[in-house]
Amino acid sequence: MAKENLKVKILRYNPENDKKPHWQLFQLEVDSEFTILDVLNEIHWKIDGTLAYRRSCRSAICGSCAMKVNGRNVLACETPLAAFKRRPLKIEPLPGFPIIKDLAVDLDGFFEKLKRVKPYLILDKPVPEKEFLQNPEEFEQIREAAMCILCGACTSSCPSLWANEDYLGPAALLKAYRFVFDTRDDGADERIDIVNDKNGIWRCHTIFNCMEACPKQIKITEYLSRLKVKTVENSI
Amino acid sequence: MKIEEAKRFHKIDAVVVGAGLAGLRAALEIAKNGHQVAVITKVYPTRSHSGAAQGGIAAALGNTSEDSEASHVFDTIKGSDYLGDQDIIEFFVDEAIKTTYEFEHMGVPFSRTADGRIDQRPFGGHSAPRACFSADITGHVLLHTLYEQCLKHNVHFFSEFQMFSLLIQDDICRGLVAWDIRNGGLHIFHARTVLLASGGYGRAFKISSNAHANTGDHLALVLEQGLPLEDMEFVQFHPTGLYKHGILLSEAARGEGAYLLNGKGERFMEKYAKAKMELAPRDVISRAEQQEINEGRGAGKDKDYVYLDLRHLGKAKIMERLPQVRELGVKYLQVDSIKEPVPIQPTAHYSMGGIPANIRTEVIKDAKGTVVAGLYTAGEASCLSLHGANRLGTNSLQDAATFGRVAGHHMSAYIGSHGYEKMIDNPLDLAQKKIAAFMEGKGTEKHAVIRDELQEGMTKYVAVFRTEQDMLKLKKIIKDLQERFKQVTIQDKGGVFNLDLIEAFEVGNLLAFSEVIVEGALARKESRGAHFRTDFPVRDDKSWLCHTLAWVTDKGVKLDFSRGVTIFMDKYPPQERKY
Repeated sequence: MAKENLKVKILRYNPENDKKPHWQLFQLEVDSEFTILDVLNEIHWKIDGTLAYRRSCRSAICGSCAMKVNGRNVLACETPLAAFKRRPLKIEPLPGFPIIKDLAVDLDGFFEKLKRVKPYLILDKPVPEKEFLQNPEEFEQIREAAMCILCGACTSSCPSLWANEDYLGPAALLKAYRFVFDTRDDGADERIDIVNDKNGIWRCHTIFNCMEACPKQIKITEYLSRLKVKTVENSI
Repeated sequence: MKIEEAKRFHKIDAVVVGAGLAGLRAALEIAKNGHQVAVITKVYPTRSHSGAAQGGIAAALGNTSEDSEASHVFDTIKGSDYLGDQDIIEFFVDEAIKTTYEFEHMGVPFSRTADGRIDQRPFGGHSAPRACFSADITGHVLLHTLYEQCLKHNVHFFSEFQMFSLLIQDDICRGLVAWDIRNGGLHIFHARTVLLASGGYGRAFKISSNAHANTGDHLALVLEQGLPLEDMEFVQFHPTGLYKHGILLSEAARGEGAYLLNGKGERFMEKYAKAKMELAPRDVISRAEQQEINEGRGAGKDKDYVYLDLRHLGKAKIMERLPQVRELGVKYLQVDSIKEPVPIQPTAHYSMGGIPANIRTEVIKDAKGTVVAGLYTAGEASCLSLHGANRLGTNSLQDAATFGRVAGHHMSAYIGSHGYEKMIDNPLDLAQKKIAAFMEGKGTEKHAVIRDELQEGMTKYVAVFRTEQDMLKLKKIIKDLQERFKQVTIQDKGGVFNLDLIEAFEVGNLLAFSEVIVEGALARKESRGAHFRTDFPVRDDKSWLCHTLAWVTDKGVKLDFSRGVTIFMDKYPPQERKY
């Protein structure tokens, strides 16, 4: 297996010791097949046990390990080292969120915004004995949006959010879309009232950063645009 | 750092440990019943490993072809190699239908049939298309839907909290102690009921489908309290782990028609399960793959893998129904399954064993079924035993959700009729001692080194094929590692997000229950389901139609085989298991 003598700079911050974040250079031998997560594990297990970062599933479904590598928001577990040419490799926490320690950021605000769009099915009608009927085309409308793993990569990449931290952001709005466009749901009106706000859907300026950042390649901007149309239709 | 006292003290009706399907479904039930419930999880709830389940959730809805509860019951019994308790299986199959429709009513986005019903696909060991699914992200959508419902019903989450010890005295559970990962510090949770629903322990193995978080901490903490574990020798190896990585490629691929090929390009399952072929149960297929590899018919330079071949399914079907399976191959092995077969190998996947419990999910402490009051368990953490010696695919999501709901129901009833038991004296002692050893000890051993050696040994010596000779070697390895572990210290002495501390704690836990797996596997001199002894290659119902209970004592592991299997001889007498 090919080896690389890797230089990697990691943005470190420990609130118990540091006034502000600072770069630390590590140098280590790695397999050229390593993922970014493998690199972090190697550092954490063999060089510096104090390094803090999040990871769990290793297979790009839990959403724990979103971070910024050489300027791009990625999931560390699924991104091969070979995807980046520039050295030293630069790894830093997701921008736009407060840092807890090193690469672990505070996502409480992110999850609070999710809560604001009422992210659950709202029903006025009684439930049937078996399932609600929903045809494959109707399912297809929400299939991709339901793939969102809440990793935060999109929201963190959104310039509108950098400019105004009260903006709901792409992940929460995508969740709103997923329920508004679910044929079983009766809560579209109240949810649209929430997103039809100066900090809601209208702050999406179709910059497409979110779509580029999404590790699941969800067409977020497209769905948010459909939500805008629905919001206009509702207010006429 | 000295921890003089708890950072916080919480008094709450129910504490649920684990935020996967079992934990969240239980929490939702308890909250709906009007009780206070806190969920503690070492990750964020949506990061739980239930979300990695891909293929489906089993229920005999009969939406795409004839199906019946009786058939689901029999398939599960046969799949379990007759070690599953038949009262549990009958109850489960009946409740499964209700659980599934409830999910749909909560908003789970299921894939649909042309007439709008929940779509169902075939799965290994099931004799009808019984897996209700959402493309190949079924666990993900179930997990997120439950999380959303929990938000709606004001379940209180303690995310990034690591349980460090249970508080049990006189066979009554009074709560637990947990470490706040984000801020540092211990919290005491004084509870009327506790649910252990924190999943499996695949990280004991080198090649594993499991998440970093799946270290079976709860199992070690149960052993620490002098309570037993059940049937721990039964570990499921999933046949389609991505080569070298162990990451899961869903059985849904075979459900949709994918082939398994050896290095010569032969569909080798013909030799092992002529009738069911690639849809035989997982234990059968993992053994077949391993035998192909062992006999020199593997693929690649080292002939150490076989192939999962999807090519004939065509691009459209793969993209619509198996997008994640394709993506994993592309991203991790640079193999596009539309064009090439994907290298795979068996991977440690699921624990049939766990914390023994009865049909009400109450934890029991002996073969007679004596209950530990206030303590419950559900999902992969538990052993009821629903899956016996081998679990069928898609029965685990259903197990977690159904018995999560059942646990929530019984915990609510218990809360309604019981007050708070007295807190034990010095509740922090156990947890503080563990932390102090890592922080203040003088040893020079590293937890990551010990973990690597353990994982290496487990994958080498107690995997698909087992022998006494191998396992005796492993037993010695584990004993040595346990001794060395006493000298483990950590580099990070801080409180905030101390991953070093959590990992050291986890490795100690892996060592504790791995010994139980090996001792159980050594003692059980037969082959049943996922436990295959090349030195005892047949099932022996005369001697071994029984559960294994195991305690860790000062003198080593104590085993008890007096807990019988519940079998309805008139309906489902043990037969030879053929596919």
